[in-house]
Amino acid sequence: MASHTDRKAPRIEAVKLEKRFGHIHAVRGIDLEVPAGQVLGFLGPNGAGKSTTMRMITGFLEPSGGRVKLEGIDISEDPIAAKRTFGYLPEGAPAYPDMTVEEFLGFIAAARGFSGRDAKDRVERAIGRVNLQGVRRQAFETLSKGYKRRTGLAQALLHDPGILILDEPTDGLDPNQKFEVRELIKELGGDRAIVLSTHILEEVEAVCTRAVVINKGGIVFDGTPAEMEARAPRDVTKNRMDAAFRAMTTGDVADGAGAAAARTKGGRR
Amino acid sequence: MSTTSAQPRSALALSALARITVVFRREFRSYFQTPLAAVFLVIFLFLAGLFAFNIGGFYERNQADLRPFFQFHPWLYVFLVPAVSMRLWAEERRTGTIELIMTLPFGAADLVIGKFLAAWAFTTVALSLTFPMWITVSWLGNPDHGTIFVAYLASALLAGAFLAVGAFLSALTKNQVIAFVLCAVACFVLLLAGFPAVLDFIRGWAPRGAVEGLASTSALTHYESMMRGVIDLRDVLYFVLVMAAFLVLNVFAIDWKKSD
Repeated sequence: MASHTDRKAPRIEAVKLEKRFGHIHAVRGIDLEVPAGQVLGFLGPNGAGKSTTMRMITGFLEPSGGRVKLEGIDISEDPIAAKRTFGYLPEGAPAYPDMTVEEFLGFIAAARGFSGRDAKDRVERAIGRVNLQGVRRQAFETLSKGYKRRTGLAQALLHDPGILILDEPTDGLDPNQKFEVRELIKELGGDRAIVLSTHILEEVEAVCTRAVVINKGGIVFDGTPAEMEARAPRDVTKNRMDAAFRAMTTGDVADGAGAAAARTKGGRR
Repeated sequence: MSTTSAQPRSALALSALARITVVFRREFRSYFQTPLAAVFLVIFLFLAGLFAFNIGGFYERNQADLRPFFQFHPWLYVFLVPAVSMRLWAEERRTGTIELIMTLPFGAADLVIGKFLAAWAFTTVALSLTFPMWITVSWLGNPDHGTIFVAYLASALLAGAFLAVGAFLSALTKNQVIAFVLCAVACFVLLLAGFPAVLDFIRGWAPRGAVEGLASTSALTHYESMMRGVIDLRDVLYFVLVMAAFLVLNVFAIDWKKSD
């Protein structure tokens, strides 16, 4: 993968991210550096802090501690410039219910600074890229879950950003749609930094070049999908990714050393 | 790759004014994508007319002015403005789109101002559709057009002030019904402080300065002074300050409450 030379500067740089909600310590010191060309699968049980971390990276939430830089721009110093660098699919792929797909993408194009022909072209390309032609004049609220998710993807891709942050991009899609979205992510991954969260571990093997597992707000594994699979107990032969995931995120398999080892080792390539 | 990693690749930088315009356009259009616009316009026009003719005695007074029409606007706005403002932020939070717009390249102030201006433009459209009243009174007699113009201005400013209050309260909750009730009560209180019955009650025991001080915090006092056709800078300033104060509070409120 690492064939380019200008990869020294990471596209996404999160340092010692912390988040407290009242007395709940949701994220406890997460460090992440994602260079171009990397597709990072962000894993963890529900409530581990995945969405919170993504929300801090995208500037929706202010961290209680730590910094986030996107393409070298500190999001707390120049939030508007930093927000131009990425496309973001929030959890649940929200959009305005009464707008049609076309109108909604038109609004995103305007928000991204495109106007006239340029905006139209962008909307067309985004619609083509995720196959929304059939529903372009339908109101968002009337779409199936799969089309809603694809509209959210189209919105994130519209300005061809160098960074994509996707919170459960394949949630609610049927197997065919999942396949299509995975192919799209692989294709996009070539020269972009992509972070995607998912609960489907086969997805990580299929599209990700790096896997990061968090549990209770901290990173417990950071490495390649193959390295992750190798963490499964030896006697497990089927669904080894799932076994590895369970080993890292529950206490029932002795893996206390994993967390500390992962943090120092890192998965950078 | 020819792109350097320090530069955003394609998204263009917009000026603050351009960003506010993008927000304004989407918001303003959204009123007409739901039945809200139609329902609001019909009810506003119907009630404004009903109050003016039946309760205000528009004809019976035999005077060529629009006083009976304008004097009921504050009370109309108490429950119609919350219907417009309640959805401004509560809806974004309920549908989750707040996460989308706040991670687009907008500042919180762009969103607050754009949304507020869209709501205000909408109520101003409703207000301007009452122009047949002006035509009628001009046709029946010879009204003071300056007075009517200033009264229209006062009505628009009052609606704006209420909207700013409502937008702020909408940012505090996901629930539109709560946003509606809070805004109606807040607007009512803003009016009440200038209501003669309330002032008379206080006048019995409070020093004169306190009574006047209280009256000057009321939207009603400033509205009625403008309704007589006099543009007093203090009245205009009052409405502008109320709007500015609540828009600033609104910016803090969305930062504080956005992720709840």
